[in-house]
Amino acid sequence: MHAIEKLLAKKAGKESVTTGEIVNCAVDMAGINDLYLQTIRSFFEMGGTKVHDPSKVIMFMDHYAPASTIVQADNQKKFREFCWDQGIDLLMDIDEGVCHQVLADRGLSYPGELLIVTDSHTTTHGAFGAFGTGVGATDLATILITGKLWFRVPEIIRINFEGELPKGVYAKDIILHVIGELGADYAVYKAVEFTGSTLKHLSVSERMAMCNMTTEMGAKTSYIQPDEITMKFVKEKVTREYEIFTTDPGYQYAAEHTFDVSQLKPQLAAPFSVDNVEDVTAFIGRTVDQAYLGSCTGGRVEDLAVAAKILAGKKVSSRTRFVVVPASKGVFLEAMQKGYIQTLVEAGATFVTPGCAACLGTHQGMLASGETCITSTNRNFPGRMGHTKGEIFLGSPAAVAAAALEGKIVDPANYID
Amino acid sequence: MEKTAKGKAFVFGANIDTDQIYPGRFVELTDVEDVAKHAMEGADPDFVKKFSKGDIIVASTNFGCGSSREHAAITLKAVGVGAVLAESFGRIFYRNGINLGVPLLVCPGIDKIVASGQVLTVNIETGQITNETTGEAAQAQPMSEYVMNILASGGIKPMIKSQLEMQL
Repeated sequence: MHAIEKLLAKKAGKESVTTGEIVNCAVDMAGINDLYLQTIRSFFEMGGTKVHDPSKVIMFMDHYAPASTIVQADNQKKFREFCWDQGIDLLMDIDEGVCHQVLADRGLSYPGELLIVTDSHTTTHGAFGAFGTGVGATDLATILITGKLWFRVPEIIRINFEGELPKGVYAKDIILHVIGELGADYAVYKAVEFTGSTLKHLSVSERMAMCNMTTEMGAKTSYIQPDEITMKFVKEKVTREYEIFTTDPGYQYAAEHTFDVSQLKPQLAAPFSVDNVEDVTAFIGRTVDQAYLGSCTGGRVEDLAVAAKILAGKKVSSRTRFVVVPASKGVFLEAMQKGYIQTLVEAGATFVTPGCAACLGTHQGMLASGETCITSTNRNFPGRMGHTKGEIFLGSPAAVAAAALEGKIVDPANYID
Repeated sequence: MEKTAKGKAFVFGANIDTDQIYPGRFVELTDVEDVAKHAMEGADPDFVKKFSKGDIIVASTNFGCGSSREHAAITLKAVGVGAVLAESFGRIFYRNGINLGVPLLVCPGIDKIVASGQVLTVNIETGQITNETTGEAAQAQPMSEYVMNILASGGIKPMIKSQLEMQL
């Protein structure tokens, strides 16, 4: 069996599971986002009265942090009241940040965990050897009532990376390249495991970016076998009991791919789909109205660090807005301590409260019709960050910072020493 | 759940994401009547005006990819979609739709034999599809027993509710 199958078998109380089987699994942590008041509505509509285990529920005020409309404020108010009534102590209010980063910062992402959040990018937690997946409001309400949820045991695809990344090329470029090659629907209903020698050079932060973006190829979950890099992080942060599952030798993957990344160029996904990917050189010189650095994909300390390095002592182009959103309070504090915030503000960055902000086109940095944005986030769908005629290019944090500096798309490799 | 859907087709392409089905700026709305006003607005701003209850959405691959927002399924249920036929579906949208009792049928090649405005008849149980305008037929993949069970119960809410009542 694969490690993912062993994990699902354990949570289902079974010796083994097979691909395609439907299993009912005990969930270790269920997260709700402030976008989805429907979760509470469905809980009561289904006859729920008490949450099955409040210590396994976490509430995030991240998508509307802080509320920009009365309706958002009212939804958040109802969520807080629900947490207080139900004894849910893990209420992550508007000061905390994006759910996936908050989970990592607080040691709530760990090997062997079955983690379900009402956010599609819950695949992020494969970086820790967890089974993370997103569901809708009513599925989450089912977990609140029963502590369990059904899953179809997925086919598993192995994607192997060999070689060391060239200067100015990052995990974001790797995953954009993979999605461009394989397609936005390649892994629908399936799990994706990353392997290979390249991982030895990728930090937890970089691995999170890669696992996060597997959602954009349709994946149900992602997985990286925990190694020394994972365990260093786990030992610093995690206090809950964890378990490392390992894949049996000779396991047959549904498909296997190998990419040599040693010659990879910085990548961009052009409007309007995440698999519309080319080398950055195809878009050089295109004017940028807004550069956006943030989100559960590209708003971590390392991302702010590379931007600060590129912009230190320089100024953002006068015709470009540079919006920066630290992914979490933890990220914000560490970046402040390291001086990145000072550097970026002096360079002309506009800072936004840690949270999801304009990544999903609700507030704090929306695009007008006809504007172009380069962003370290995860989606470039029509209307994703504002007007449906706003054009979004997805790239690495370095590509975003270099574009902010020049006011146009450039090759970020030329801005890295 | 109605066993048969009959209505005119609205044909869309590949990778119709949930931002197109239900734009992010309206996610704060929670009342079904409000959510219904913005169905498919990101893909076709006039969709709601043209759509009649029972009409059928046809798409290519990966319909409903993207965000986990249940609003995408709620809005289609609220306007009264008869069925959604697609080459494939985004997985969270698929779960959300089935949970709410919206018939979602996987039908390879369906977007090639249907044009917008043509009238379709769909047998939800057998997956038989007839294009009444052209006479062409297609066959959707059978749904799993688990999924049929949810649809037959009228969605997961009545199903869980009756399970809870049986425990008491």
